[in-house]
Amino acid sequence: MLEQLNKIFIDVLDDDEIIISESTSNADVDEWDSLNHIMLVVEIEGHFGIKFKSDEMLSWKNVGEMMDTILER
Amino acid sequence: MDADRLIYMDNTMKTFSELKKNLKKDVSQLTSIKIAVLGDTATQFIVQALKGEGIDHNINLQIWEADFNQIERQVLDPSSELYEYSPESVLIFKSSHKLLLKYNKLDLSNQPKLADSEMASIKDLVANIHNNISAKVIYFNYAEIDDSVFGNYASKTESSFLFQLRKLNYELMTFAAKNTNIDIVDLSSIQNTIGKLKFTQASIYINSEMIISIDALPLVAKRTVNLIAAQKGKINKCIILDLDNTTWGGIIGDDGMENIQIGSLGIGKAFSEFQYWVKKLKNRGVVVCICSKNTESVAKEPFEKHPDMVLRLEDISVFIANWENKADNIRHIQSILNIGFDSMVFLDDNPFERNMVRENIPDITVPELPEDPANYLEYLYGLNLFETVSVSNEDLERTKLYQTEAARVQVHSSFTNEDDFLENLEMQSTIQAFNNFNSPRISQLSQRSNQFNLRTIRYTEGEIKGMAESDKYFTFSFTLDDRFGENGLICVIILEKLDDNTIFIDTWFMSCRVLKRGMEYFVLNYLVSFAKEKGFSTLKGEYLSTQKNEIVKNHYKDLGFELQGSYYSLDVLNYQMKANHIKRKIIEDG
Repeated sequence: MLEQLNKIFIDVLDDDEIIISESTSNADVDEWDSLNHIMLVVEIEGHFGIKFKSDEMLSWKNVGEMMDTILER
Repeated sequence: MDADRLIYMDNTMKTFSELKKNLKKDVSQLTSIKIAVLGDTATQFIVQALKGEGIDHNINLQIWEADFNQIERQVLDPSSELYEYSPESVLIFKSSHKLLLKYNKLDLSNQPKLADSEMASIKDLVANIHNNISAKVIYFNYAEIDDSVFGNYASKTESSFLFQLRKLNYELMTFAAKNTNIDIVDLSSIQNTIGKLKFTQASIYINSEMIISIDALPLVAKRTVNLIAAQKGKINKCIILDLDNTTWGGIIGDDGMENIQIGSLGIGKAFSEFQYWVKKLKNRGVVVCICSKNTESVAKEPFEKHPDMVLRLEDISVFIANWENKADNIRHIQSILNIGFDSMVFLDDNPFERNMVRENIPDITVPELPEDPANYLEYLYGLNLFETVSVSNEDLERTKLYQTEAARVQVHSSFTNEDDFLENLEMQSTIQAFNNFNSPRISQLSQRSNQFNLRTIRYTEGEIKGMAESDKYFTFSFTLDDRFGENGLICVIILEKLDDNTIFIDTWFMSCRVLKRGMEYFVLNYLVSFAKEKGFSTLKGEYLSTQKNEIVKNHYKDLGFELQGSYYSLDVLNYQMKANHIKRKIIEDG
């Protein structure tokens, strides 16, 4: 799943160099601002065919927590 | 095929991510338009979508975005950044969600007044913008929210939110109908088309103040850019129809007139309704032409005799039915109409013909019609091919204009001598200063005229009226009639007084319909006489090059002006009147 997420990050943030891990947070990636976060959410929802709850979207501290939520669905 | 797919079958519709990729393209060659965007919710995404969509229309939208929720501050303060930016259009997006919040806080007695008080503040915004800059307002109307407090009873309860929202949308239309400074983007209709649940993603709205979902953004951007392009004169003026299986079901040459599907025969209803749509377009000024592979007499028969045909020969400006290739036939139609290929739409059920035309005439719009004729109309509705920001009386007469032009072309071929032909036309021109009657048409032409336009400075109706009243400017409009009919107002001149000796041709544009008639000689003769009479000795002109006005590159040189620096100059006193075949027609009360 990390690999799929990495691809979405590269695509949305438009940066081929991005390598994410479970501990990656928005402080580690320059382009990961609040606006692009929305784009990431929408793209991840579309890719996995899921919908996040509104209180989840801003709760993740890092990619790992994001993955936990995806796995819950 | 479900309704969703129908909308996105539009082969030009992109996703938001694809639109964002456009932003990396080189835009230096595109037409730049300065736009300001003000919203009461987050507008960053809509700005990106607009820019991306603009690039697909060859428009480089230079967007200044106000900080969040700054509409009133920016508009009411004359020294605001908005006015400093001086945009050509100001886009205002006040959301239904914020309107609902406002309604929620009202006491019961004020709920029925929501629409009126909002409308008053919208009028105030428009008036303030108009007083500060000559920009048009583009206003998003309100996508419906039914708070279901009254159920169906909301429709008969003036104090319900739904009642007030719909009233506000109606009042907006009434206001815009009478005010040329505001154009409406029908957000409510867009939400109807794609569905409310898709239009706003609640979880994203709660977290980010973003009303329009990522999925809805491309359609909103497209409708908005359609409007901006129309404000700039980029509109479709002509629709060219194939006949067999496009205008009627079946093949006339094989099936015979009695067996083509139209009216109640077979799936004729689909074609009848399609024809009604085309007829409505024609009635509002879109030129309708036929281009069909058929024997002409066979192809024309249903138009003359079939009782269920909605379109008749008098609706068609140019009718071409032969066995030549369609690209050549469309070029022939273009030569008669004298409009750009980029303002023409070609409808044909046959993918081979569509591709052939696309390949040979890249600028023409060729929609990818669905296979099932039952889907033609919904598909075409979704494409919004005929955006416009004005309809003048002239538009309504256009079919006749081009029919007479086609007749002229035929008579022309019977004369070998050009002068004999022109003399035979019995041309007459009336000359009038700008006034309340011709100002709408003049500003419309000013927005649309691209080819025979020396400086391509666009003027709004307000500016046109301003110049008519100014002492600094002299304004002239010319008509041209001949024995075949009226061409209407076809040439506009604005002269600006520079000093006691020199007068400058600020604007000279002409309709391409009247090229090669000697109209430019007639106009110049008149301008010279006018300048002399007013005591000017020099007429000064300028050519500003655009992508489309190559044909007038040597206009002033050919008329005997001398190039001085970047300007052209004509000695009025030593001017020799130029021979032409146009007579001035004096009108009473002129």
